Amino acid sequence: MKITQLSVFAENKPGHIIAPCRLLADAGVDIRALSLADTQSFGILRIIVSDWQKAAKLLEGAGFPVKATEVLAIEVPDRPGGLAQVLLALEGSPINIEYMYAFPFGREQKAVLVFRFDNPDEAIKRLTSAGISLLTRAELQAQ
Amino acid sequence: MTSSAQPAPHAKFGGAGDSVALPASFQPVSALDYVPRPELEGLQLSRMRAVVQRAYDRVKLFRSRMEERGLTPADMRSLADVAKLPFTVKTDLRDTYPFGLFASPLKEVVRLHASSGTTGKPIVVAYTQADLDVWSSVMVRAFAACGLHEGDVVQNAYGYGLFTGGLGAHYGAEKLGATVIPVSGGNTERQLMVMCDFEVTAICCTPTYFLHLIDRASTMGIDLHKLPLRAGVFGAEPWTQEMRLRIEQESGIKAYDIYGLSEIIGPGVAIECACQDGLHIFGDHFYPEIIDPETQRLLPDGEEGELVLTTLSKQAMPLIRYRTRDITSLIPARCECGRTIRRMRRIGRRSDDMMIIRGVNVFPSQVESVLLAMEGTLPHYQIILTRERGLDQMEVQVEVTAQMFSDTVGALEALQAKLADALDRVLQIRVRVTLVEPRTIERSEGKAKRVIDRRQL
Repeated sequence: MKITQLSVFAENKPGHIIAPCRLLADAGVDIRALSLADTQSFGILRIIVSDWQKAAKLLEGAGFPVKATEVLAIEVPDRPGGLAQVLLALEGSPINIEYMYAFPFGREQKAVLVFRFDNPDEAIKRLTSAGISLLTRAELQAQ
Repeated sequence: MTSSAQPAPHAKFGGAGDSVALPASFQPVSALDYVPRPELEGLQLSRMRAVVQRAYDRVKLFRSRMEERGLTPADMRSLADVAKLPFTVKTDLRDTYPFGLFASPLKEVVRLHASSGTTGKPIVVAYTQADLDVWSSVMVRAFAACGLHEGDVVQNAYGYGLFTGGLGAHYGAEKLGATVIPVSGGNTERQLMVMCDFEVTAICCTPTYFLHLIDRASTMGIDLHKLPLRAGVFGAEPWTQEMRLRIEQESGIKAYDIYGLSEIIGPGVAIECACQDGLHIFGDHFYPEIIDPETQRLLPDGEEGELVLTTLSKQAMPLIRYRTRDITSLIPARCECGRTIRRMRRIGRRSDDMMIIRGVNVFPSQVESVLLAMEGTLPHYQIILTRERGLDQMEVQVEVTAQMFSDTVGALEALQAKLADALDRVLQIRVRVTLVEPRTIERSEGKAKRVIDRRQL
């Protein structure tokens, strides 16, 4: 149920995102989802790729600081209230969202929400008992 | 021994053939600055013998170094014999931390100060009451050389605390008979308020801090030319003739360079006089030599090298042939002011990698020890020094390693803050930490350049 995401450190300067992206492109690694967190001086590029082990090896080999993190991907209908429904399932619990991002998914008016929770196992329990489905790696790749 | 009794130089003035012309501005407190050379050298020799004996009897490290060379204090027959003595270096103070070089029992030590060492631990210096009296007396002579006297109002903007600058200038100015305002460092607007409202006539601070005051005064609409302020006693960092001209033009005061270091006593080792042509070393208490920092050979007058100082009258922590790492030269000619004590050129640079930031001594090795302690391994780093509106800024760029990297912004910002706090604690100055990508810090022949100094003037 957990999906491995890669995070790459980048300085917040023009041109600094190109190098890791080009490296992956040249090796035929597909980026399925992406988000960029930024501060005044640095940024964190977060990506979900077709082959994370290969991508991690490539990036590390090229000297990028890389971290593999487990995240949860949740499929929701792409309409008003889609996100709110997920958040409601967690309301009242002490689970904190460290960060999240979303992207449209497939052709059936669906969206995928990617979450990093401080307590992912507890989050899985609550979400599944609320009838919310979590995407597996295979489902995410199958798109 | 004449070391305990201060000679009465007036009585000895005007001896045959070596009489000294005293300037109109002469103050009795400066008498020792005008002692005829042969007499000064006699005093230096007797004090040198006494201090070598004291260190030999009481400081284990010095005694063992003397014994290694087969020397005893009895070998000190002339001032030329000083060249036989072993050197003392900054790491000796670190290696014997905290009290290993003391020559007085703690019950006789009335004051401790500390300054930054080369790594995490500071170096500690000690004073007996007699040492403090000497310190005040040289500071009085320093202020007098800058034309200050009883009745002056002195704003002391050196930091008070473990740093020797604050208290050193404070007691000297008090003993001179001045009115001292112990405002200490920082809080620029309050400094300017004090300067205006208390009719300050002289200020003590680092030259860059005074430039900052000039800058702020102009934005606040204060015309420094119209204030009673007429002199600045600036030290604790190297500065240049260009900086002096700028200060004097923009504020209408006379800017004097004062030199000192905690290991020797603090401020008051050497001072400029009205001629502003080199700094007079108070040779009756501090014996200067210039050596080649590479070969350690003694250099003749006029040649540039590393300044080596011996404390001639220090009781609590006598230092023999202390290598200051400051590069200068001794000026052969007598100064036009009439002082007989030797002059040195102003300090322009150092023979080691020490930086002086807002008057605080900082070594790259200190930064290294902090990074190492926090991260377990030493990441590549670079120190970038800039000057913003007259104030030195220090940035430490750290290359992010896979080990340090975390995928949340909060964790990385916490790391930046943690590093900045740890550096702040060790260096005693505020540091900006910036995380950068691996291999973005330039390396030459595989070795990173540790310090980029972009400060102007």
